[in-house]
Amino acid sequence: MSVRFLAAFALACWLPVAALAQGFGGLGTTSEGYAVPSPDGTISFPADHAAHPDYRIEWWYVTANMTGPDGTPYGLQWTLFRSAFRPDGKPGSQFWMGHAAVTTPDKHFVAERRARGGIGQADVDVEPFNAFIDDWALKADEGRDIDRVSMAASGADFAFYVKLIAQGPLVLQGINGYSRKSESGTASYYYSQPAYALKGTLKLPSGDVAVTGSAWLDREWSSQPLSGGQRGWDWFSLSFEDGHKMMAFQLREAEGKSFTSATWITPQGDPTPIDNGELQLEPLAISDVGGRDVPTSWRLRLPSRDVDVTVEALNTQAWMATSIPYWEGPVTVSGNRKGRGYLEMTGYDRPDG
Amino acid sequence: MLIDAQNIHKSFATQDGPLPVLRGVDLQLDKGETLALTGESGSGKSTLLYLIAGLDSVDDGTISVAGRQVHGLDDQGRAELRRETVGIVFQQFNLIPSLTVGDNLTFHARLAGRENEAWTAELAERLGLTDFLRRYPEQLSGGQQQRVAIGRALAGRPKVVLADEPTGNLDEETGEQVAQLLLDLVRDTGAGLLVVTHSLRLANRLNKRVHLANGKLA
Amino acid sequence: MRGFQSALSALLSHWRRRPGQFVTLVLGLSLATALWTAVQAINSEARSSYDRAANQVAGADRATLEKADGGAISMGDFVRLRRAGWLVTTVLEGRLQRGRVIIRIVGIDPLTSSAGPLNFEGGSAETPYEIQDFIGQNGLALAAPETIAELDGVPNLPRLIPQEGLPPRTLTVDIAAAQALLQRPDAVSRLVLLDPQPVGAAPLGDIAPDLTRVEPQTGQDLARLTDSFHLNLTAFGLLTFAVGLFIVHGTIGLAFEQRRVMFRTLRVLGVSLKQLVVALVVELAALAVLAGTVGVLLGSVLATLLLPNVADTLRDLYGAQVSGSLGWRADWWASGIAIALLGTAIAAAGSLWRIRSMPILASAQPRAWAMVSSKTLVMQAVSGFVFLGLAAVLLGLASGIVAAFIIIALVLVGSALLLPPLANRLLDFGQSLARRAGAGATAQWFWADTRQQIPGLSLALMALLLALAANIGVGTMVGSFRTTFVGWLDQRLAAEFYVNARDGQQGEKLKIWLQTRTDAVLPIVETEATLDGRKGAIFGVANHATYRDNWPLLERTPQVWDEVARGEGLLVNEQFARRSGLSLGDEISAAGLPPTPIAGVYSDYGNPAPQVMVGLSKFSALFPNIPQQRFGVRVPPERVEALKNEISAEFGIEERSMIDQSAIKDLSLSVFERTFRVTDALNVLTLAVAGFAIFTSLLTLATMRVPQLAPVWALGLTQRRLAALELARTAILALVTVVLAVPVGLALAWLLLAVLNVEAFGWRIPMQVFVGDWLRLGLLALLAALLAAAIPARRMAAMAPADLVKVFSHER
Repeated sequence: MSVRFLAAFALACWLPVAALAQGFGGLGTTSEGYAVPSPDGTISFPADHAAHPDYRIEWWYVTANMTGPDGTPYGLQWTLFRSAFRPDGKPGSQFWMGHAAVTTPDKHFVAERRARGGIGQADVDVEPFNAFIDDWALKADEGRDIDRVSMAASGADFAFYVKLIAQGPLVLQGINGYSRKSESGTASYYYSQPAYALKGTLKLPSGDVAVTGSAWLDREWSSQPLSGGQRGWDWFSLSFEDGHKMMAFQLREAEGKSFTSATWITPQGDPTPIDNGELQLEPLAISDVGGRDVPTSWRLRLPSRDVDVTVEALNTQAWMATSIPYWEGPVTVSGNRKGRGYLEMTGYDRPDG
Repeated sequence: MLIDAQNIHKSFATQDGPLPVLRGVDLQLDKGETLALTGESGSGKSTLLYLIAGLDSVDDGTISVAGRQVHGLDDQGRAELRRETVGIVFQQFNLIPSLTVGDNLTFHARLAGRENEAWTAELAERLGLTDFLRRYPEQLSGGQQQRVAIGRALAGRPKVVLADEPTGNLDEETGEQVAQLLLDLVRDTGAGLLVVTHSLRLANRLNKRVHLANGKLA
Repeated sequence: MRGFQSALSALLSHWRRRPGQFVTLVLGLSLATALWTAVQAINSEARSSYDRAANQVAGADRATLEKADGGAISMGDFVRLRRAGWLVTTVLEGRLQRGRVIIRIVGIDPLTSSAGPLNFEGGSAETPYEIQDFIGQNGLALAAPETIAELDGVPNLPRLIPQEGLPPRTLTVDIAAAQALLQRPDAVSRLVLLDPQPVGAAPLGDIAPDLTRVEPQTGQDLARLTDSFHLNLTAFGLLTFAVGLFIVHGTIGLAFEQRRVMFRTLRVLGVSLKQLVVALVVELAALAVLAGTVGVLLGSVLATLLLPNVADTLRDLYGAQVSGSLGWRADWWASGIAIALLGTAIAAAGSLWRIRSMPILASAQPRAWAMVSSKTLVMQAVSGFVFLGLAAVLLGLASGIVAAFIIIALVLVGSALLLPPLANRLLDFGQSLARRAGAGATAQWFWADTRQQIPGLSLALMALLLALAANIGVGTMVGSFRTTFVGWLDQRLAAEFYVNARDGQQGEKLKIWLQTRTDAVLPIVETEATLDGRKGAIFGVANHATYRDNWPLLERTPQVWDEVARGEGLLVNEQFARRSGLSLGDEISAAGLPPTPIAGVYSDYGNPAPQVMVGLSKFSALFPNIPQQRFGVRVPPERVEALKNEISAEFGIEERSMIDQSAIKDLSLSVFERTFRVTDALNVLTLAVAGFAIFTSLLTLATMRVPQLAPVWALGLTQRRLAALELARTAILALVTVVLAVPVGLALAWLLLAVLNVEAFGWRIPMQVFVGDWLRLGLLALLAALLAAAIPARRMAAMAPADLVKVFSHER
């Protein structure tokens, strides 16, 4: 999620280099004029599936682990980012960006779309739910809500069309959807659908692949994503074979410190927030990704839930060479629990990216 | 034998056909010897000097200067001869107008790679040029210019000095002085001297004298 | 080696003693190189601008989608295509008038255009900006720094941020800002197809059947279009270089002559011929590199001064965007040095050859190199006539721009060669006149001696002739062009003012409203069309006396306007007719236009593209989708202002959408003047170079004049009188040259107007003669020659008698 924050941020300022030089043009530390998440806030559906233009940044983020007919594992990502230029909440003050990717064991396909708000090129409707940018869409099926959606995206050399059917309830992250991001109190609103069943087709240069699998939706919006000194983010969404799921992240701070957070989700979809410090993350292997050093293998421990696992990238080269670059790809889980999931890492672009 | 010219023939092309100037001339000059070559205007005495100097080539005959064959040399070879073996003094001085007196004085020696500062200074001193070294030739009188030319010819200590009417452009008194300087310096360097002149006074001061008439020496 | 060094230092010592000569040589060569380099630099800059234009974000190098009927695309169309999976981006282009300044606006969507040259890292530390400052109606504008300087003080513009590499006089803004600035809400000029398109989008025809795909116009096309202009400049550069070469030839000749004694002495002292020649070559090469460097520097300054005008010209004539500031390029640096070396080699070849063949014992006195036998004069005359004859043959047989240039070159060289024999003839005639008139001995000597100077001055006089002819020729062309153009503007802009409605709907209302309040409302409608393979336009023309009375027709059928009104005939512009070899009665067709015979040909200056005009009703029938938005309005001139106010009040049409005739005329004339300012500047410089050539030649001669004049002085003429005669002699030679330059100049003008312009632009302009200009030019040339002669003459007058006497005492 740090990635997401960073991404959205950089989008908002857009000038990655100039922006960094000026501390994100001052935007990174202040949220003046924008609404700010509050611990007392409540999340309600379907209204909160829509955009919250009075908050600065927001996303609709789907990742999926899939298997082809021959047992080959695949991963996909479909993301719609919203970022406000101005806190006036007007459609014309919104900037939209889509990221899509398909990861195979040896290939990684990426595409990006950008649009301004207010002209109909990108938006999120509710009733019926439809999040779209250009021809990419995450759209509720006829007569259904977010529990049953079709998802499509395409790039120069790939495309995918999949159907998602929720297998459980929506999960509020943090405390009733209020997810803290630092000791100093920065936070976001955050909910997920961690249990979609997926079925569909990947169009790859080698041909069409029928896939089945599971997908995970994250919804998050905020105005004050990073506190000063936070440099990057390692975020995990893991589905274990016994039906438990876990969302876990650490925000890396200076001098090797970090802020950690996690949510333990039962097979029935009941979440338990895990406090800062309980989650232990340790990089096991560093990969050379286009000249960058990226930790693509991790040891992840959560003693209270008897979790001690190794998380390994399916394809270490899952680099998102988009306007704001980051690493995002499917992972496999081994150790005392087995499973699969997704890993997102930011702040590994050189030197300060 | 410094100069040994045998049976020299030379003629010039004119509108009425070739005009023979030299018809079988023999001329010898020994080491330390001074020789006057006299003759009427147009008798070919300057031509003979130029042939010996390697400025022109013979039609027939042989010339050796300080042991070097001159006849049959190409331009390069003749240039080398003029540079290294002979020193020439002209009636017209032929100084390089854009170089100072000092530079003119050492020019030939430098060409030959034989520049000798002490000797140059002595030459300047004896030629009375010490005060004029930084001037340009056009700022000097004729006698002074000819003294520069004599100095230039001797600065490289050539084995042979050739002079073509060296006093021809000077008044009698100046000519006398310049001739004396030339003779003194040649004697001191031990070079051989061949002077073309129509001045009997000058001719009489040399060891030997030959007269050119009708293309032959008498 | 030692001999070589000594020889070289002796050779170089000459320049230390004659710094004036050194400066003349370097300056002459520098000037020649400078003119050449300036032209090269301008061409090189322009060409790189075309390449840059091809890479513009506006997508000149990409295929685009445009409305088949030429109308505007809407943002809705854009979104529809994007939502259907097509990767397209919007471009809205237009012109904005602010006072007298016209600015090109390019609106883009930075979010959907693939990267492009836009740099959102900001202009500078003082003006940091971010993408959100760019996007939106009130977004900032990016512009080249020189554009920003140019627009200083112009009101009602967005905040301007400098960015290198953007086209000149152009603001790059967000699409929304462009729509606001141009008052074209929701409008898009074209959609640029991005590369690569994603997999699986629906066919274009299913999504947007009214859009057609237009393949990119490449930078190469633009380059080809402007080739003729650059060819023109290059020819000018070569001409001036040739003139400059005369100077170099003169000074090198002088330097060689003055050093003949030294060359001989060096050889006598034992420097071999080879060493001497090599030393001379090294010396000349060093001089050439030095002069070339100075020349390139001068040239770049010159180019910097001229480039803005060239840029304007190219834009106005061809719509080519050329940066007004000069880049630093290795190619024209190298070409400048190379041309200096080449020029020196050409100029020195003869002198070097003479050194090679100079016998060591030849008289060391400066040879009378100026004395050229009558045989040479005959040879010059013969070759001059051969050149002119060749030109005449080519004129009859060949066509094309290159042929036109060759003809011009032949005429100029031939005329220059004919100058010495002709001048000789004229002076011979003067001499016999003087004799017959019983003139005194002095007069007789004067004529004979003047004649004798011709060979020595012939190169300088040839240079002067070429410069004068170029002046007269180009002056006549520009003058003819201007006269014709002004008259043509009067005819063509018959309506008192022109108004643009926002859209077709408003246009309809405006038309009806105007009809009752004015003498006539003449709709102006047009659509782009491909005419005989070239991009052009079809216009609709109203059936009205304004056109019948004024429209500048070059050829016409007797009932031309009736035929056009009935749709039975059409008009084509001159360039279309010439390029495609069309004449009255030929049938023209294009997409949407059925074959229709030509009823008339009209002149259409300042536009290289083909045009067709059909009757308005026929146009409406053929292109029903093109609304009537622009109108020419006929009203008494004194009513114009009031009417504008009324229109403004009634329709809310802004002042900038109403242009009166006089404003257009002013604008057109200023475009025209700029077009030829470059030519003017080069003209003046060429003349200056020629004057310099005369000066150096006279100086050269002066050193040899003393022995020629001394006997006359000894026989009883005063020095003062001799000096005066020297001046008179120069004046007469200059005058002869001026007189002979006039016909050459006129021939050149005719070739430019009737051959080159037709080939390059497609227009033929009737030639007009400006005698006053010749007189002025003649006086100028005379003055230049007299000035050049003044220094040697003064030296003559002030020379100490002793120096004159020396001639006798020194002579052998």
